Amino acid sequence: MSVSSTTGETSGGSWLYDPKVRSIFAQVVVVGSVVALFYFIIHNTAVNLEKRGIASGFDFLWEPARYDVTGGFLNVRSTQTHWDAFMAGLLNTFIVAVFGCLAATFLGVVMGVLRLSKNWLVSKLAAVYVETLRNVPVLLQILFWYGVFILMPKPKQSLALFDMFYFNNRQFLGPKVFFGDTPALSAAEQEAMIHRMGEVKYNKLVEASGGVENVPAALAESVKPVFGTGSWILPVSLIIAIVGVVLFRRWAKKRQENSGEQLPVFWISAGTIVLFPILCVLLSGTAVNVQYPELIGFNFVGGASIPVAFMALWFALSTYTATFVAEIVRAGILAVNYGQTEASFALGLRSGQAMRLNILPQALRVIVPPLTSQYLNLTKNSSLALVVGYPDVVGTIGGITLNQTGQAVECIVITMAVYLFFSLVISMFMNWYNKRIALVER
Amino acid sequence: MAKSTRKTTTSRSSATTRSQAAAKKAAPKAKASNGGSAATVPAAGMAVTDEVAIQVSSMNKWYGDFHVLRDINLTVNRGERIVVCGPSGSGKSTLIRCMNRLEEHQEGQIIVDGIELTNDLKKIDEVRREVGMVFQHFNLFPHLTILENCTLAPIWVRKMPKREAEEVAMEFLTKVKIPEQAGKFPGQLSGGQQQRVAIARSLCMNPRIMLFDEPTSALDPEMIKEVLDVMVDLAESGMTMICVTHEMGFARKVANRVIFMDEGQIIEQNEPGEFFDNPRSDRTKLFLSQILH
Amino acid sequence: MSDTLRPEDQLGGGLPERAPPPSTVGIQGWMRENLFSGPINSIGTIVAIGIIVWLLPGILEWAIFDATFVGVDANGDGSITRKDCLVENAAGLMTLEGACWVLVYVRWEQLIYGFYGSDGSIWRPTIAFVGLLLAIAPLLFDKVPFRRALLWFAFAFPFIAVWLLGGGEWKLSSVLVFYGLIVAILPLLFDKMPGREILLWVTKIYPLFIAFLLFDAILDTLLGFSIWNTLLGPLAVWEFSPLPALAEVSTHKWGGLMLTIVIGMVGIVLSLPIGVVLALGRRSTMPAVRLLCVIFIEFVRGVPLITLLFMASNMLPLFFPEGIELDKLVRALVVVVAFSAAYMAEVVRGGLQAIPKGQYEAADAMALTYWKSMYLIILPQALKIVIPGIVNSFIGLFKDTTLVLIIGLFDILGMAKAAVTHANWIGLAREAYVFVGVVYFIFCFSMSRYSIWLEEKLNTGHKR
Ligand SMILES: Nc1ncnc2c1ncn2[C@@H]1O[C@H](COP(=O)(O)OP(=O)(O)OP(=O)(O)O)[C@@H](O)[C@H]1O
Ligand SMILES: [Mg+2]
Repeated sequence: MSVSSTTGETSGGSWLYDPKVRSIFAQVVVVGSVVALFYFIIHNTAVNLEKRGIASGFDFLWEPARYDVTGGFLNVRSTQTHWDAFMAGLLNTFIVAVFGCLAATFLGVVMGVLRLSKNWLVSKLAAVYVETLRNVPVLLQILFWYGVFILMPKPKQSLALFDMFYFNNRQFLGPKVFFGDTPALSAAEQEAMIHRMGEVKYNKLVEASGGVENVPAALAESVKPVFGTGSWILPVSLIIAIVGVVLFRRWAKKRQENSGEQLPVFWISAGTIVLFPILCVLLSGTAVNVQYPELIGFNFVGGASIPVAFMALWFALSTYTATFVAEIVRAGILAVNYGQTEASFALGLRSGQAMRLNILPQALRVIVPPLTSQYLNLTKNSSLALVVGYPDVVGTIGGITLNQTGQAVECIVITMAVYLFFSLVISMFMNWYNKRIALVER
Repeated sequence: MAKSTRKTTTSRSSATTRSQAAAKKAAPKAKASNGGSAATVPAAGMAVTDEVAIQVSSMNKWYGDFHVLRDINLTVNRGERIVVCGPSGSGKSTLIRCMNRLEEHQEGQIIVDGIELTNDLKKIDEVRREVGMVFQHFNLFPHLTILENCTLAPIWVRKMPKREAEEVAMEFLTKVKIPEQAGKFPGQLSGGQQQRVAIARSLCMNPRIMLFDEPTSALDPEMIKEVLDVMVDLAESGMTMICVTHEMGFARKVANRVIFMDEGQIIEQNEPGEFFDNPRSDRTKLFLSQILH
Repeated sequence: MSDTLRPEDQLGGGLPERAPPPSTVGIQGWMRENLFSGPINSIGTIVAIGIIVWLLPGILEWAIFDATFVGVDANGDGSITRKDCLVENAAGLMTLEGACWVLVYVRWEQLIYGFYGSDGSIWRPTIAFVGLLLAIAPLLFDKVPFRRALLWFAFAFPFIAVWLLGGGEWKLSSVLVFYGLIVAILPLLFDKMPGREILLWVTKIYPLFIAFLLFDAILDTLLGFSIWNTLLGPLAVWEFSPLPALAEVSTHKWGGLMLTIVIGMVGIVLSLPIGVVLALGRRSTMPAVRLLCVIFIEFVRGVPLITLLFMASNMLPLFFPEGIELDKLVRALVVVVAFSAAYMAEVVRGGLQAIPKGQYEAADAMALTYWKSMYLIILPQALKIVIPGIVNSFIGLFKDTTLVLIIGLFDILGMAKAAVTHANWIGLAREAYVFVGVVYFIFCFSMSRYSIWLEEKLNTGHKR
């Protein structure tokens, strides 16, 4: 639109050639067109909604959803509201995004480093992995893995590993650890469970657990805190360990400054953070119950269960995104001049030290910005959960709620707002990071 | 620090070769000749001892099929200052990079400070601790301040307390005349200043031998002098130095020997006066006529 | 001669070049260097070989040796289904041993053409595809026989393809809008062509004509009065075929690989110019234009494509007055183009930022208008810098075309998904998706190789 107005060569008064006048004129035209377009859209939407008898607004969020949200990490019953369904979707999106980013980073860094390996075979294998997966659409990969996972045996014939882990075409199961004393089921909860799984199965479950009082409350819902009374020891000891590690690091630094001696700070810190809470739990005599998945009837009860849809989605997203991470890591390391490595070697640094002290800090500046945008991509791609029925934001509020209520505009606005929020947070982080490294540079 | 010095001294005595014996015989005469020729005489502190610092014997190196260093024999005594020159691609850099194992050789022997360079990582570490190197393009660490550049290796390799490392670093930064830049980042310094930092950084490791690979050839003319001044000071303090450079004034002033290389071979070596005024091989003459106009 | 010289260190030189020791060259040397240069390296080699030995035989067996390729009615039940791939295993049960490629064999036509074949006119997309290859060749490579002629063809190809694939009869206004574009663009592309002066007039009038039609359409929907219809009367509703008449094939019959290529190509052809305009807008000195471009780009890049597609399928109908029904394919195309244009804009902006300020100043100094300086000086350089980024965007776009299956279009993946949910092919997800994956891989991998090749070519050209 601005094209024709700024290049218009028709002659006129000299003011026509005043760049200021032209610029203002062009802007008025552009803004005017956009406003007109929006007016047109809003007007039509209002008319259309009125004809269909749909009241706009967000009140529908507090109405009963009339659909179950299952197959994710938080089940919502049809009597709960759309808002509850949305929250469950949000949680599911968040979980798949976080775990996807973690796995993609780990796999991507490994692959990126392997691609730089001096070993020809190893680097070629890594290259094959990267080139194959990155050139195939992620949606296809999600469907593929889902197709593979649902070809696994039915729950009754689950593949078992050490009688602890089970894989079947519905979920992946493992033992679940409960800290503290888990209260027995309340009468209401017992009723709910009997209602849900039928009397026969329920009785079997009670038998398997050795009495009603032993059926953990956590079974009443697929996700309930695994922390019972007395489990406060776990977070408290974790906090103590972290504080201790921070103090220890300070002390180690001081010690180095004064005496030059160095400790394996990383291993000591990691060990403390992992071992100290475990030790505290064991010594304080806090109850630790491990609950194994139990096949009752045609399905498993108890244990930690991960739905197949999530596995397919998570697996596909992380292996796909890892290929991009691998390329970013590789480019980042290559971007650091080889002279830096040589100078480190010439000073007597070992190759591990050279990597940690000189190469990585420089490579990270190149790596972090594109890496964050890959995290964002993964989060956005997690919306493809829809095709495998994993109830994420798009599947709940943007899908079933939209179809049931007809509140298309509101539902899509909410869905988009969620992702825009993630984008905003990530780009804020990126600006902050870029500023920080810019400060260090000059 | 003291510990490692002692260690190298003991291992040095075990290394005996034929040419080392030859070197011992030659050394007294060398001292006499130094005293004789006044024009090129290095200062009194720049004494060459009869201790062998670097011994290269029958060394060959290939890049793939390309024979880049051919049968190199070279003995460098402690306190000696050697300038290596030759046309581009003649293998000068490769030669000195072999001396701290930045490059691997395929045949022959390189013994530095009594330690033979092989695949043994421990020995490589030991050698690199005693041998400093200055590169054409400085290769300072851009993410660290000048002071951190200088203290990094002492802290992590020599396990020196940070305070002490910083004191040592400031001392050397003062020696190269830029103590006031300690808090800055390499990107904020001029090329000449950066190269002086690079020299200081190497010196902080307290090396017994210094290698220079064309330290001034990436610099503007007005900066060359400030770097050469530092190198002259260093030479006067008695450091064993091997310098790849085409700065002939510098060679005349401080070198004990000038080595001319071509096609991966040492063509000619002589003390600087003789080398420049009276080159013997045709290739040396041609090369000198080109660089001296 | 000085005394510092040692007897063995005197005049040297003249040594012949020798071959390296045998253990460092040849296969042995290569293996030592690349596979076994140290303990860690050797472990790596062994692990890698282990992985290959573990995976490869199984994959080959499944995909080739145990697989069924051709659909013969092996069990004689009158139809070819997955049952014809079953073999009896040790326990006497009928199972699938290897891949059942029969699915691809039987569903080939649908995977490639969608439901286009139900009209018996598969020759049309086939010819269009050959035409596409002919049209693309001169754009990709310098040394193609008859390159000039093919370039002309490439230019006309989109218009030919629409006619070939869509067929049917058009209203006068559509013909003018669509085919007028050729006439309008021609004189911009070719400097020395006969009748350029006259065509340039068309170029100038064309945007005005489009603006008029848009205005007219809005007028029509709001007031029910159309200048165009009133002026032309019966001519306005008269429908005819601009090129030799072909039967109309409605877009809901398009599908399979053909649909994938259509969406991919339209996206590629349109997203670059729109992306360039957006990028220029984002760097404009006019705050209002800049703001609008920033909002559009950041909004589109901030949300998943799937939500935009939902918007197109659920919200777009609300935006238009009742009775106007936008083709599903057109809706998807609009979204795909807008989506990739936003990403393209960021890629192009990177190129624009990399151009030194002096170039902009030089262009200004030559008193070029804004558009001329961009077109002649800045953009050619900026685009050249970001060719890898542009091709990456294209690859991303091509992969993203799969998402249209979510709004009910049947691209090649949609067709495969439909096939594996059919009772005849239950449990053959792997086969179907591997096939589609291979197709996508071929397209995307060749695009990325082409970009690398082009980059190298341009680089060396730069150095000389
Ligand atoms: N990593 C390598 N791989 C293969 N060939 C190499 C490598 N490094 C150097 N060469 C080759 O070895 C020869 C010697 O290189 P070197 O860098 O030692 O020369 P130089 O004498 O230092 O030259 P200049 O004065 O240009 O620095 C050159 O022909 C060079 O092309
Ligand atoms: Mg060199």
